Amino acid sequence: MNRRQAYEAAERRRSLIVAGISTLAVILAIVLLVPLAPGWPQVKTSFFDGAVFAQTFPTLLRAFLVDVMIFAWSVPIILVLGLAIALARGAQTPALFPLRIFGAVYVDVFRGIPVVLTIYLIGFGVPGLGLPRPWNSPYIWGTVALVLTYSAYVAEVLRSGIESIHSSQRNAAVCLGLNAGDTMRYVILPQAIRRVVPANMNMLVALQKDVALLSFIGPVEILRQAGIYKSLLANFTPYVVAAIIFLMVTVPATRYADYLLNRDRNARS
Amino acid sequence: MWKKLAAAALGTVLIAGGAAAQSCAAGKTLTDGKLTIATGNPAYYPWAIDDMPETGQGFEPAVAYALAMEMGFDAADVVWTRTSFDQAIQPGAKDFDLNMQQFSITTDREKVVDFSEPYYTAPMAVLVRGGDGLEASLAALKELKWGVVATTTALPVVMEKIAPTSSPLVYDDTANVVEAMKAGQVDAALFDLPTALYLSAVVLEGGQVLGQFPADETDNPDHFGMLMSEGNPLKECVDAALATLKEEGSLAGIEAEWLQEATGVPLIK
Repeated sequence: MNRRQAYEAAERRRSLIVAGISTLAVILAIVLLVPLAPGWPQVKTSFFDGAVFAQTFPTLLRAFLVDVMIFAWSVPIILVLGLAIALARGAQTPALFPLRIFGAVYVDVFRGIPVVLTIYLIGFGVPGLGLPRPWNSPYIWGTVALVLTYSAYVAEVLRSGIESIHSSQRNAAVCLGLNAGDTMRYVILPQAIRRVVPANMNMLVALQKDVALLSFIGPVEILRQAGIYKSLLANFTPYVVAAIIFLMVTVPATRYADYLLNRDRNARS
Repeated sequence: MWKKLAAAALGTVLIAGGAAAQSCAAGKTLTDGKLTIATGNPAYYPWAIDDMPETGQGFEPAVAYALAMEMGFDAADVVWTRTSFDQAIQPGAKDFDLNMQQFSITTDREKVVDFSEPYYTAPMAVLVRGGDGLEASLAALKELKWGVVATTTALPVVMEKIAPTSSPLVYDDTANVVEAMKAGQVDAALFDLPTALYLSAVVLEGGQVLGQFPADETDNPDHFGMLMSEGNPLKECVDAALATLKEEGSLAGIEAEWLQEATGVPLIK
């Protein structure tokens, strides 16, 4: 080890120690100061009741499976529809201009309405038309509402991906004799989709959280189950349990998205 | 039950005397000389008429004003405010003295907040839409798709007494349950009798009250109590005043006036 490396190692050690100490100080401050607040005992019994935690955790975990289920069947539909909308918005042929207009309006409308409202309007409105059971199920129409909203977001993400591909790629494809369809399919989309995977991962994390909003139209998933416990036990701990269960799934997913993002950035630089 | 209450009330009256009620609440309310009463937003018929509790129209406002008089307040000293269910049970200081929005008294809730003596005992009733050909029997009810409001005690009753074959759907409020019934997503819903009668008469086209569960037969009949913060010194004054109102028969009078004896609703056996 030469003098320079030794110096750098010492610097690294010092910064690690400082970071550790300051983190510890912040944690200590929280642990020591929060319980000094006058209302802490009530908050503790209302939000961090161990007995309630143990009692509600298994049921809430089972209820979370409903969220995961809805998520699982929504994702493929959202990705396919999102791609279709993105392509519609990028249509170049003059004859297809109505398609472009439709794509633009669709994206504006569904990105402009809060998810909860879309869920309410679709979830109660469409079954109200008099569909027979099982076609009026809130699961179906809640899923439709999520798909409409999120495919609009995903379409925008994909479109930004498509537009980020350098025009030289298109020109090269033309020189090779590929027609417009093949250019899109073999040259542009593979690169565009890869480029926006991290952004789409973030979309999917948001979707997983928004599935909980389906509880407004009837399904008993984790948020509603927590609400039921809350009203039965007059205690907010079930909400804390639900939050923890969500974090168990969403934190690894967001970390993974960040990892992909960094990997792409490093690959490009 | 009533005899016991009456005896207790008589005892309170004998010991306390009439005038003690005037001074009982002094210095125990949120604002001195005022009684702040919270109700739901919106406050539903028949509990409050036209969502205007300050007019004293409707069962709960009528009880509230009678109680305030009994406690030595003038009608002008009653201040109305609105809270959600969650705001009422959350820890910390409350911005009301009493909260009246059909809170069922349960032991779990008693741990977190205080309830007055019950001011109403409601039987649970089954609301259906176009229930011709349905019989009011438990066997028939098992086969139905149920909808209930999350914050009421209807869900445990459905799960334990009826135990339906398919899992019930759960909603935030009465309006959403009705909407789901209109959309054909649920066949039947469980409400307290006054709410069910109102919904069948005014809100739900073709709605009818199929039957009611006898209040005294259930393990825990639904007693509505006024909610107060835990350890509120006002409780004894409220209970004494309520006991007097029961004693005089004025509580029964208010009940008869605003929640008339429901007739023609068979008991479910």
